[in-house]
Amino acid sequence: MRRELVAAASGDYWIGRFTAMASPCELLLELAEHHEAQRLLTIAADEAQRIEQKYSRYRDHNIVYHINHATGLPVTVDEESGRLLDYAEQLYRLSGGLFDITAGVLRKVWRFEPGSPLPTPGQVAQLLRHVGWEKVQWHSPEITLPAGMELDLGGIGKEYAVDRAAALLSAETSASFVLNFGGDLFINKPRHNGKPWQIAVDDPTDTGKKSAGLLAIRSGALATSGDARRHLLHQGKRYGHILDPHTGWPVVNAPRSITVHAPSCMEAGMLATLAMLQGEGAGEFLRAQAVPHWIIDHAA
Amino acid sequence: MQLNRPQSIRAALAAATCSVLAHPLPLQAQGNGEERAWDVRGGLLFYQETDRIQIVEPVINASKTLQDGTLLTLRGVADTITGASPNGATPTAVAQTFTSPSGGSSYTTPAGETPLRDVKDLRLSLSAEWERELSRMVRNTLGAGISHESDFLSLSLSDTLKRDFNNRQTTLAAGLALTLDTISAEGGTPTELQLLSTPAAVPPPDAEEEDEEEDEEEDEDGDDDDDGKSKNSVELLLGVTQILSRHTLTQLNYTLSVGSGYLTDPYKILSVVDGVTGETLDYRYEKRPDSRTSQNLNWRLNHQFNEDVLYLGYRFFWDDWGLTSHTMDVKYRSELGNGLYLQPHLRLYQQSGADFFRHSLVEGEPLPAYASADLRLGEMRSTTLGIKLGMPLGGGEFSLRLEQMRQEGESHPSDAIGIQQHYDLYPTLNASIIQLGYRFTF
Repeated sequence: MRRELVAAASGDYWIGRFTAMASPCELLLELAEHHEAQRLLTIAADEAQRIEQKYSRYRDHNIVYHINHATGLPVTVDEESGRLLDYAEQLYRLSGGLFDITAGVLRKVWRFEPGSPLPTPGQVAQLLRHVGWEKVQWHSPEITLPAGMELDLGGIGKEYAVDRAAALLSAETSASFVLNFGGDLFINKPRHNGKPWQIAVDDPTDTGKKSAGLLAIRSGALATSGDARRHLLHQGKRYGHILDPHTGWPVVNAPRSITVHAPSCMEAGMLATLAMLQGEGAGEFLRAQAVPHWIIDHAA
Repeated sequence: MQLNRPQSIRAALAAATCSVLAHPLPLQAQGNGEERAWDVRGGLLFYQETDRIQIVEPVINASKTLQDGTLLTLRGVADTITGASPNGATPTAVAQTFTSPSGGSSYTTPAGETPLRDVKDLRLSLSAEWERELSRMVRNTLGAGISHESDFLSLSLSDTLKRDFNNRQTTLAAGLALTLDTISAEGGTPTELQLLSTPAAVPPPDAEEEDEEEDEEEDEDGDDDDDGKSKNSVELLLGVTQILSRHTLTQLNYTLSVGSGYLTDPYKILSVVDGVTGETLDYRYEKRPDSRTSQNLNWRLNHQFNEDVLYLGYRFFWDDWGLTSHTMDVKYRSELGNGLYLQPHLRLYQQSGADFFRHSLVEGEPLPAYASADLRLGEMRSTTLGIKLGMPLGGGEFSLRLEQMRQEGESHPSDAIGIQQHYDLYPTLNASIIQLGYRFTF
């Protein structure tokens, strides 16, 4: 993994860059010596890489691979994985089954790439038989997945990695930093001059180029759920990438992008995802949660 | 929508998140390693041939992913073998008495029965494998093993390289294995093709009336000391595994094995019979070539249906002893729900005999270069039918396997001489297998 460290144009913080979890990652760090910044960048990047290797379903021989290939046999997981599975189970309950880490198999027929065809209802129904956390036997530390089912921790992994790496950095430095993994980020504290960090929110209509606005964040996490990069257009209808595990189809009339501010990146990410799963009710849901949030809607 | 009390989610989510993140990770987790449990499989196998051999075999297999990400597998097997096995002589109209080369022991077979030699042994075997990743796509497996019986010691070493290609859809494997065996036959190693009636307890300093051919053989074997013979083999493996779809995997392996040394079975003999009456006049020890080159093509296909899994296998074996065999193997794992499964199994096996296989030697005819009446080298076929039941039990998985095997050869071959035609020269063998297994992690 290539890691580079450069000084910001303004000269008062470092910018470290690397790629992890198929996303550009960034560490902005104030007030440190170059070698100290380098050391902190290594800590953050190593942790991102560790979590990616351990939980990516695209890699062989990690715990997710073992669980998904156990053909119905029980697999004993380590403590960290056990806590993540507990977390996934709580989210499944809290969301009334809308957040489900077994829903990843639906991606076999839902390819959110330009020009991809829509699946047939039969294809979706076929796969839905392999979706549903209630079919999984999870009695920590042992998990048994019926053959044909798959776990995908992709919906938690990046946010977890941000919080984990941020915790490691916080233990090592008192300097202010922004740790950003592909748009999901954590800020430990205001800048040395007491001012907030300015965070640009991506505009889904021209992703990566246009900014929908600047958010001034003093501390805490921001996470975004959106279909900016991943959606299907079919006969004039937009299919966002958030799939409803109950129907196997994309949630209809969901906003294009939701950004949530919360104390941790996991909370922010889950709230954004759960809001997205409410479709039209996203705004109402977030207002009820009383968390700072920004919604970019269809009209954008 | 489904969320009736949204406010409680916020608090519950914060609490859940807190419990995930509050735990500091143990130090080792900061590296790439992760502490994993031992995966242990224990089994107990009972193999019972009707009126022949019985084997009781406990097996333990334990594997663990170590801190550095390498995988260690240890295996221990203890076989207790008792019963009797055909010694190669043909049945006769009178009782037959056989004496070991040293004259130390003898046994008698009643008239008309297939002569059997008592077998009693304990085989202990230990092996270890260590698999590690050399680079992102290349894995290496080193293996070593030792196996011991009262008259046999075997040491083996192996090394296999596997490389993934094509987004890990394809795996190529290449491996090399070496085996060194030492055989110290009970009662001394007999001279190949020597008559049993020749006293051999004290090897004569000057060979007496032995055939010239035998003298030559003696010279070749001269390297081995008197009570130990050795053989070794080198095996080369080339294989390809291809993932055809998310549910289908296929594998083709080719192995070339070159063995050399003492390949004869020191306990097997041949009857020397009268060329007309077929009456047994004497016996000779068997003799096999001192090298064997064999090749194997092994294909398998695993396909997972919605939940059930089909395992198909076919093996073709051929060697320079003239032996070829075909094996077909089918298993179907049927999931019954709640972790319970049933797995029926069918195996069909057929082999042609080795060129030097014969039921007996004829008195007065020149001795062939090689000869063996070991029924395992003769033409035969076998059918195995079985069923396995697996179920979760006490945090692990329990399994029970029941199989029945029937092995048949030519009972009345066309080359049977005289009275041999009245006897069953290839008695049908029936065997039962019961295997109990338990798999758990700790």
